[in-house]
Order: sequence, then structure tokens, then C-alpha cells
Amino acid sequence: MNKIEVRELTKIFGKNPKQGIKLLKEGQSKDAILEKTGMTVGVNRVSFDVKEGEVFVIMGLSGSGKSTLVRLINRLIEPSHGSILVDGEDLSKMDKKALIETRRKKMSMVFQNFGLFPHRTIIENTGFGLEVQGAEKAEVETQSKRALKMVGLKGYEDQYPKQLSGGMQQRVGLARALANDPDILLMDEAFSALDPLIRKDMQDELLDLQQTMKKTILFITHDLDEALKIGDRIALMKDGVIVQIGTPEEIMIKPSDEYVEKFVEDVDRSKVFTAAHVMIRPETIQIEKHGPRVALQRMKQAGISSVYVTKNNHELYGIVTAEVAAQAVENGVKDLEAIVIKDVPTVSMETTLNDLFAVIYDSPIPVAVTEGKFLKGIIVRGAVLAALAGNEVNLGE
Amino acid sequence: MNNIPQLPLVKWVDVAVSYLRSNARWIFDPISDFLDAFVNIISDGLMILPPLVFIALMVIITVILTKKIWGLPVFVLLGLSLIWNLDFWEGTMLTLALILSSSMIAIVIGIPVGIWMAKNRTVEGIVKPILDFMQTMPAFVYLIPAVSFFGIGMVPGIIASVIFAMPPVVRLTNLGIREVSTELIEASDAFGATGWQKLYKVQLPLAKNTIMQGVNQTIMLALSMVVIASMIGAEGLGTEVYRAIGRNQAGQGFASGIAIVILAIILDRLIQVLNKKKYSI
Repeated sequence: MNKIEVRELTKIFGKNPKQGIKLLKEGQSKDAILEKTGMTVGVNRVSFDVKEGEVFVIMGLSGSGKSTLVRLINRLIEPSHGSILVDGEDLSKMDKKALIETRRKKMSMVFQNFGLFPHRTIIENTGFGLEVQGAEKAEVETQSKRALKMVGLKGYEDQYPKQLSGGMQQRVGLARALANDPDILLMDEAFSALDPLIRKDMQDELLDLQQTMKKTILFITHDLDEALKIGDRIALMKDGVIVQIGTPEEIMIKPSDEYVEKFVEDVDRSKVFTAAHVMIRPETIQIEKHGPRVALQRMKQAGISSVYVTKNNHELYGIVTAEVAAQAVENGVKDLEAIVIKDVPTVSMETTLNDLFAVIYDSPIPVAVTEGKFLKGIIVRGAVLAALAGNEVNLGE
Repeated sequence: MNNIPQLPLVKWVDVAVSYLRSNARWIFDPISDFLDAFVNIISDGLMILPPLVFIALMVIITVILTKKIWGLPVFVLLGLSLIWNLDFWEGTMLTLALILSSSMIAIVIGIPVGIWMAKNRTVEGIVKPILDFMQTMPAFVYLIPAVSFFGIGMVPGIIASVIFAMPPVVRLTNLGIREVSTELIEASDAFGATGWQKLYKVQLPLAKNTIMQGVNQTIMLALSMVVIASMIGAEGLGTEVYRAIGRNQAGQGFASGIAIVILAIILDRLIQVLNKKKYSI
């Protein structure tokens, strides 16, 4: 279900936006319009949908219009053209009263430089949204305390923002946005002002919170690594236009044009690709019907030194290595059960390559990729290295 | 230039003043009555206490506000005692009444005008040149119509002081509100604050320090009008100075000047103490 639908959203800064829109529709470029009319096209007929519960990242360099775009969505900046539908209601057509109501109930915002009120304590900052709604004092306090607890700031209620570190201040910013329990979070470069380690912590924490909150999050960033890490889908912006929308994988693997390609060149691929991208189809035997002889035969055919064993159709059971199988055949052992190693290294489909390294490095046998009890594939070292170096990855789901 | 007839500016103003004088009594009289009553209440209130009690009270208030025994409280004690000793007590109280009433009026009008300027560009465009006019036009010049409309005494003195002293509080209120960072304004908008909520919960508290600087300057300017106001019959320390000038009495002039300085320092320091920040920005 789409929570937000943005259609043809446009912002032109200047004296006669109507004329600008006409020129845009005639296909004139941003530069041409600036030269001809002196007006700046901030956002150029942008359309996209954000699904309920999705983390949608808008990514672009400074001047790409991403911060303007997020402000058009809650109308901190008035759109020149286009519509913003939230739950089917058009924000761009709302009067002042309805707009205030929507801002109070449906969406809240987290700011790059935190936007905390220096004259208010942490709890007063957190409760600001509820306070302006006219909520009861006790209600404001309970909700604020709950929100502060969620972000791990219990006990700081009566401090002032300047007494807290940057990371903690942004937690307050996040708590303030969560306090009135909105459906939508608008996060404008929320972590960009933090130093790298704190930023990583905050990203992890946001993802953790999101697991339980299931908010619809619109996240603005200029950092591609951040976008790839937290985004369910990413929109890449350039010169006020969205150049590509897709999942992190799609953006990495199928960049729509040179601009995107250049962008993703430097990305740390080990954080983007997962086990599912590099696993291969395993050679397997079944515990119920096969013995050591078949195992050895399979390995010989495929030219490998171990084979995975499954039961009940694809449930992971264990692994048999060539040495042990050969010995068993020599000694006349018939039962596979006797030689299966059950303690095999496993990872899930979503494990990133980054985390895969440690497992692969220590393991003499291929690592099993599982989904629940089922064996989905195996990972050999070569495939991981290939994925890091080039484009050799699976593009299944 | 000789071909161009002289612009009858002088005549226009004269005509306007005399017209207003005879036809706008219904505006000026109530204002005059109100101001007269207002300043009388304040000066009577100040003089109800015997000097000794007043001095003791001021010292106690200063100790409480500054949380110090030495420094300002001692200055208040010695300064006010000196004024009493030099026999300027009544004049000082009248002057204080003049300053307090004119700065109160200036602030009550000035802060809302400043807020309006901050919220509206057109208003800012109109008010700014008026403020320039009020501040640069020599104060003596508007004493003349003030006397025409309000007679002589305290009332025209207050009017002249208000006009002269109001610009700083208006300007600094405007500045203070405009200085509040865009992100904080966006934050209050994004959480659905109405215009009034934004003003009361965000803009005014954050502009408070700047506004208080304006209040301080307004009070100081009102004080500096004391001597000029005495020329049109506003009683107080200014009268003493003015009289000393007329009689060429250097000693008397200096002594009453000192009394004004003492009053100024006490007012200034007390306002600054009131304006201490609770949080850092």
C-alpha cells in the first residue's frame, strides 16, 4: 500500500513560477530557465511512491534539491506545482488548518542540525509536538518519557540540549519526532552532522527501532553508504530530478546512467551484497537414500572435496568430506549417518559479505546458506572475492 | 534654483499643528489626562516611602537579585544616600517616575510593533524609516508641538521621551525574532505549531535577551531626555541641571548631574542582572 504518493512535484524559486513550469513542460533545461528568466528550478516534476512501512531514501549531492524536496512534502516550502498525497489526501490543496492538523498527527521531522530548542529541557523538547496539539500535561510527560526511553535517553529529562553530545542531541531529535507517534518520519540528513562512529550507531539504532515501529520513513542523505545501508528503496537525485529509483541492489548492479554508475563506483560493495548474491547451487545427497559410495561418486563427478547432506527434501543435515567418504568405502561402512559432520558453518541469506568474511576465513569447507531449516546454497571463497571485484553476482529475487 | 518657488514646508507644518491643536482636542485631552494620572501614581508611589526605607528596600532587592553583598548593593547604598544627603531626593523620585512611565509606555508599544515588523516585511519597510526619523530628529524639535498639544509639565516630557526612547526596543525586538535560526522555525512549523504558538513558545523566549537589551537602551535613552524634558516643565533632576545652567552655578550643575549618573548606573546594572541567561546558546 502506498503511504505517500508524490506526483509532478515542482519547486521554482523566483518571481513567476507559472512561467517556469510552462518552460519545464516544453522541455527546457534547468540552466536554460535560469538564463532566460533568472528563476531557479529547485525540484523538477518529481514523482514517486513510498509504501507503508518502507524506508525510502532520497540521495543526492548538495544542490540536487533533496532538502527542498523533503520540505515540499510537509510544505515547509510551498510547492509551485504538483501534488503530495498522504493516505490519499492531497496536502498541496489543504488549507492552513488542515495542514497543521496533518503535521501534528501524521508526520514529524528530524533535522540535520537537530533543531532542538535551546531554552527548553530535553523533556520539554521531546514533548513539543504534543504540547502544541494541546495534549494534557500528564499525557505529554508520559509520552515524552516513553519516547526518550526508546532512544536510550532515560535520566536526561531535565538537562538542556547544549549539555548533551551531538549524538545524544540527535537522539532527542528522534525522540521528539516519535513522541506524537506519527505514521511518517521525515529525516533530513539526520545523521550527517555526527561523526562517523556515532553515525553508524545511530543508523543501526534506527534500523532496530524500525523493526518494531514499522513507520514510513523518508530519509534524505548525501552519503551513498548510508543510503544503501538503511534504504529499502533509494531515489537518486540530480539537478532537481530523480534519475533512478530502486532497491540498493538494483542501483548497484544496474545503474540507469553514467551519473549513477559514477556514484556507485566507490561504494563499499561488501556492505551491499549479501550471501544470496554470491551463493551457488550446492551438490547434495540425501541421508534417507544415499550412502558413502554415492557421496564419493558425486564428489568425483563434480570435482569437489565435500558434499552437503540433506533430509526431507532440502533440509540441511550435514556435510561429508571426500577423505572420510573414501575411508568409509574402504572399510565397508554402509551407513552415511556414521560419517556425516553435523556441525557446519551456516549463514542466512541476508548476511552481508562484510560479515561473511569472518565465517569463510575460518572454515575449511564451503559455508551453507540457510533459510530456516532449508539449505539454499553454499558459498565458496572464490565467489565472494569475485563479487567484491566485479559484477559476478546472482540477480534472483 | 531661483525659478523654483520655495516649498512651503514651514507653513504646512504650522497649519497642521494649529489645526490639530484646535480640532483634535478630543484625542489629546484624554491622552494628557491618562498620562498625567499615570505619572502621578508612580511618583506618589515612589515618594510614599521615607528615603531611609526606600534605600534599605533597594539594597535588599539588589542583594537578592545579584546574590552578592559587595559590589552593586554597596553602590546602591552609597549612591542613594549621597543623593539624599545632597537634598535631591524629591527630584530623583520625580525623574524616576518620568523615566519609568515613559519607558513603560515605549516598551508596551514598542515590543508589539517590533514583533509585527519581524513577521511582516511590508510593516518593516514602513516602520524602519519612521524609527530613523524618531531617532535623528533633534529632540528639541518635537518639544514644540508636544507643548502645543499637551501644554507644559510632565505630560509633554513623557511624550517626547517616549518618541525618543522607543526605537531601540522596536529595532531589537525585530532583530531578536529575525535572528532565531531557520531550523528552529522549521522545527516548530513541522510539528504543527500555529503562528501564536511559534511566537510564544519559540521566538519570544529565544529573542528575550536581545529584546531585553533593547529595553535597557530604551530606559537609558529615556533617562537622557530628562534634562531636555525639564525645559518644558517636567520636574525632577533635569530641572536642577537646567536651573544651574541658567544661573551659571557649576557646583549645583555638577551635583545634580552626579545624581543622574548614579540613577543611570543603578537602573542599567539592575536590568542587566534581570537579563541573565539560564541556558547557553
